Amino acid sequence: MNIFAAIGGVTLALFRETGRIGIFALNGALSWLTGPFYWRAFASALLRIGFMSLPVVGLTAIFTGAALALNIYDGSARFNAETFLPQILGVSIVRELGPVLAALMLAGRSSSAMAAEIGTMRVTEQIDAMSTLAVDPFKYLITPRILAATIALPLLVLTADIIGIYGGFLVSVYALDFSGAVYIRNLDEFLTNFDVISGLIKAAVFGFLLALMGCYYGYSSAGGAQGVGSATRIAVVTSAVLILSANYLLTSFFVDF
Amino acid sequence: MNEDMNAPTQKIAIRNLCKAFDSNEVLRGVDLDVEKGQSLVVIGGSGTGKSVLIKSILGILHPNRGSIEIDGVDITRLSQRDRRKFTDQVGMLFQGAALFDSLTVWENVAFRLIYAEGKSRKRARERAVDCLSQVGLAPEIGNLSPAELSGGMQKRVGLARAIAADPQILFFDEPTTGLDPIMADVINDLIVERVKALGATAISITHDMASARKIADKVAMLYKGQIIWNGSPKELNNSGNPMVDQFVHGRAEGPIKMEVRRA
Ligand SMILES: Nc1ncnc2c1ncn2[C@@H]1O[C@H](COP(=O)(O)OP(=O)(O)OP(=O)(O)O)[C@@H](O)[C@H]1O
Ligand SMILES: [Mg+2]
Repeated sequence: MNIFAAIGGVTLALFRETGRIGIFALNGALSWLTGPFYWRAFASALLRIGFMSLPVVGLTAIFTGAALALNIYDGSARFNAETFLPQILGVSIVRELGPVLAALMLAGRSSSAMAAEIGTMRVTEQIDAMSTLAVDPFKYLITPRILAATIALPLLVLTADIIGIYGGFLVSVYALDFSGAVYIRNLDEFLTNFDVISGLIKAAVFGFLLALMGCYYGYSSAGGAQGVGSATRIAVVTSAVLILSANYLLTSFFVDF
Repeated sequence: MNEDMNAPTQKIAIRNLCKAFDSNEVLRGVDLDVEKGQSLVVIGGSGTGKSVLIKSILGILHPNRGSIEIDGVDITRLSQRDRRKFTDQVGMLFQGAALFDSLTVWENVAFRLIYAEGKSRKRARERAVDCLSQVGLAPEIGNLSPAELSGGMQKRVGLARAIAADPQILFFDEPTTGLDPIMADVINDLIVERVKALGATAISITHDMASARKIADKVAMLYKGQIIWNGSPKELNNSGNPMVDQFVHGRAEGPIKMEVRRA
């Protein structure tokens, strides 16, 4: 095949897929506006995406905070700037690592679960069955999950911020001989509300993206167990790629703000 | 019978319905009428497109050509949303039951009542238990998850779910497959009662000739993508059609050739 035709084909496929995902996202938003809204499905999605993810997100945060403290101490000692450890650690966690790491953990945990659940329902005709029961599968399966992830991720990130900073605090105080009171005072004087809020806005965007990918690839999966497997894989990979690239875009927007 | 295809007694009227999957032409011009309150049974070999026919009427599959009129309105020309008004009066039993495996059995049966009709969970549950008893399942079964049921039990739960909201049109894809003969007859009676007592219109697919004779007002045979014969169940035995004859008597030899290779 001609190389231009190949490149053109891939590009067209990419645009087609992007368009489909865009329409899917729009449908998700519209069906939220038009109701009915299934509170029970929403609550259970919130429980699974938010509450049940606390242990993984907490563990990730505490170890990252602790390791970060060691690295920042070691690095800043080279130009005698160790005293800035709490500030650098705080900014790194609330603006960058909290949202990104929590979102990546959730991409592995929730986006894959959504793709597998919805994909299995698709290939076993449960989604078709739902529409014969006069319930719009979109409203019952997709909208609650997307909304739940968009709300849950900022809350998880807020928790991760606190736990991560606490991890750094433990290492600083018990291993690096910082004074706990100074650590907290430095952090408190330095960190702004916007540092935290910009991280939470990122988190909401990431939550939306990872749920959208999980739902989209699950909903459009076909062809039995293998189809569900590849839907799950693609959902996780695209979520991660989208989270990382959206992170750059949002960061460049926030630093100019 | 009724000559005018647009007469109001025609609940479902299908004309020249064609459906292909890539090069696999499954339906090649199906014409079929079902009157209001009638019970139609579709028979035909495995893989001839009976399930595809029903899914096309439901709007789950989109036909390539032809029309499907429900109450005189061609639903193939309607938007997804307008089509819902017609398909909302339908209850369907899927060939593979298609139960929601994240919900319990009673929640499956009550699904439509709770989520589409806004009934309280308590009242929906009472109705679900009632429907389960009509298909011979005890109330305790309601608390199990679908994965804990046998194949025949899943089928019956699917049936209970299809009838729970008293829909006007019922589709049953092989309602008695996988059931013992006694339970199969209980299900036959249930289908007959739905159609006779509640005035529902039903289309059932079955390979079970005893069941076909019992529940049908009219039998249609699908072969090579078309309806090659239709008539009353009494006419089944002397249909004068060699293919129907072969099918009804289950003979391997005849005009219908099964594509099998012998060693
Ligand atoms: N979603 C689909 N995609 C592609 N081909 C399909 C699809 N659904 C059905 N087919 C094809 O359509 C044909 C008819 O299938 P269908 O399920 O309607 O058969 P059937 O008459 O219900 O058979 P059985 O009695 O075994 O259930 C088959 O050849 C099948 O391969
Ligand atoms: Mg079938």
